[in-house]
Amino acid sequence: MKAINTTNLTRKFGNFTAVDKISFQVKQGELFGLLGPNGAGKTTIINMLSTLLKITSGQAQVNGFDVQTQKNKVRESIGIVFQEPALDGRLTGKENLDFHARMYGINKEERRKRIKKVLKLVKLTDKADELVDNYSGGMKRRLEIARGLIQKPKVLFLDEPTLGLDAQTRRSIWEYIKKLNQKNKVTIILTTHYMEEADFLCNRIAIIDHGKIIALDKPSNLKNFLGGDAITLELKKPSNKLKQQLEQKKWVKSIKQHNSKITLTTENGEKHIPEIIRTAEKQKTQITSVNLRKPSLEDVFLHFTGKTIRSQEAGQTEKMKRMRMRRVGHG
Amino acid sequence: MNLNAVYVMWLREMKRFSRSKSRMVSMLIMPLLFLGGLGFGFSKMTIPGIEGIAYLQFLVPGIVGMGMLFSSTGSGVSVLWDKEFGFLKEIMVAPVSRTSIVLGRIAGGATISLTQGILLILISTLLGFRTTITGFLIGLIFMALITTTFIGLGLILASRMKDMQGFQLIINFVVMPLFFLSGALYPIENLPAPIRILSYANPLTYGLDGLRGALIGISRFHPLTNLTIMITLSVAMVSLGAFLFDKSDNA
Repeated sequence: MKAINTTNLTRKFGNFTAVDKISFQVKQGELFGLLGPNGAGKTTIINMLSTLLKITSGQAQVNGFDVQTQKNKVRESIGIVFQEPALDGRLTGKENLDFHARMYGINKEERRKRIKKVLKLVKLTDKADELVDNYSGGMKRRLEIARGLIQKPKVLFLDEPTLGLDAQTRRSIWEYIKKLNQKNKVTIILTTHYMEEADFLCNRIAIIDHGKIIALDKPSNLKNFLGGDAITLELKKPSNKLKQQLEQKKWVKSIKQHNSKITLTTENGEKHIPEIIRTAEKQKTQITSVNLRKPSLEDVFLHFTGKTIRSQEAGQTEKMKRMRMRRVGHG
Repeated sequence: MNLNAVYVMWLREMKRFSRSKSRMVSMLIMPLLFLGGLGFGFSKMTIPGIEGIAYLQFLVPGIVGMGMLFSSTGSGVSVLWDKEFGFLKEIMVAPVSRTSIVLGRIAGGATISLTQGILLILISTLLGFRTTITGFLIGLIFMALITTTFIGLGLILASRMKDMQGFQLIINFVVMPLFFLSGALYPIENLPAPIRILSYANPLTYGLDGLRGALIGISRFHPLTNLTIMITLSVAMVSLGAFLFDKSDNA
């Protein structure tokens, strides 16, 4: 049984198609990423899989249960951390967890044990009796992750788990996520628009743009798709002797020279650097610098969509800021 | 239906309410200001239709109804606060039936509203209001029906709104007219005929008339008529409210 199985999953809002005939599978125990810019449709996918949003057409099963006809079965078997905080600020951290545990029908004794355990896991035991309104952004996020684990879900959805957190908190949340997936064998589906996050955490990544999957593979395969690493050599004096000799090597995929600069692409570039240096020394060509560049997912995204994830984002961030301002004004 | 979920929703409402001192105070202050301002100011006036009764006696059931109208509609609409703060998602993704979520919310809102109504009656007796124990107990039935009906109305209104921005609009265009047309301050016979028709279409008219009948023994309609109408309306409002709540997208 697959943890997630979707066929032609589609959601329309009026005339706008937010998710367009998406089909993918996630295996049990996998850490699966949905990567794409804001507005690509990631959250809509999560909302449909977690039964919050109706499906326009197509099908989806979570843990073998249909999200349209077996909503309660799906709800029982998943945990979710939403993109925006979904906590009651007038309750304490512990009370938020208690509300959740009761909603899932967990008995008193078990409730007490599990709440204690998850609070310890996210290091919030000391703050458990404080009102959530007084929590920092990172603490709220940790509390939500803790809450998502109380019912011991088979599949955990994390919608932008580190959005808006500082680098240090982000690191520690990454550690929690890895630990959960490896130690507790929880299948995790996470959405993100941070390349390094997807790269660091996920077994497989689906790149989403405009409601469609444009690539789906392991991070390393996605990067290899671009032809591997780029090595740039700077020579002391312009000479094409080195280029001529390197061109003969089987592992060189392409090589170009521009004045004293040689650029070549190859897989596993770091393993070939010693050989390049040896070759240059033999023919008395002096190298002044070597630069190895691994392609990033950013490059992969650029390759598939023709634009960088950041340039797409500028517009979205502005919109979100305006929304926040409106909220503060009326809150 | 899941009784446990109903209880959890109720418990949450109680915790939130007990921490909001301002909400507790304002729930009593506004009705008491009306009661003091109008009750004493008009005490010497003769109002057609209620000759021979102290105005305060007539007014207290009206003010109790008013207070409960505001707090009940408010707690129905408060679904929108949960939506605004994201907590609604946490509720909606839980493996419990939508009916139990709605019933839990109603139980919480009704507990608060009923407490408010009872406190208002108790404070009124200090100001000179008189009723009987039996009257008070029968009055509780009507108070329960009033709060259920208007929490249902609040849920219906909330399902038609996107966020809290329209809340003031609801107060001005729905709640205030319901209050003025209910006969809370004066007998509805004193209204011009066309407006009186609106009063007859107002659920609060029957709720208040029933409450007044119970508390001071004066009512325009037969108590059983009031009771039947209020039971029908509260069931209808809650069912429609629950239906619309379930239908609206909550993501």
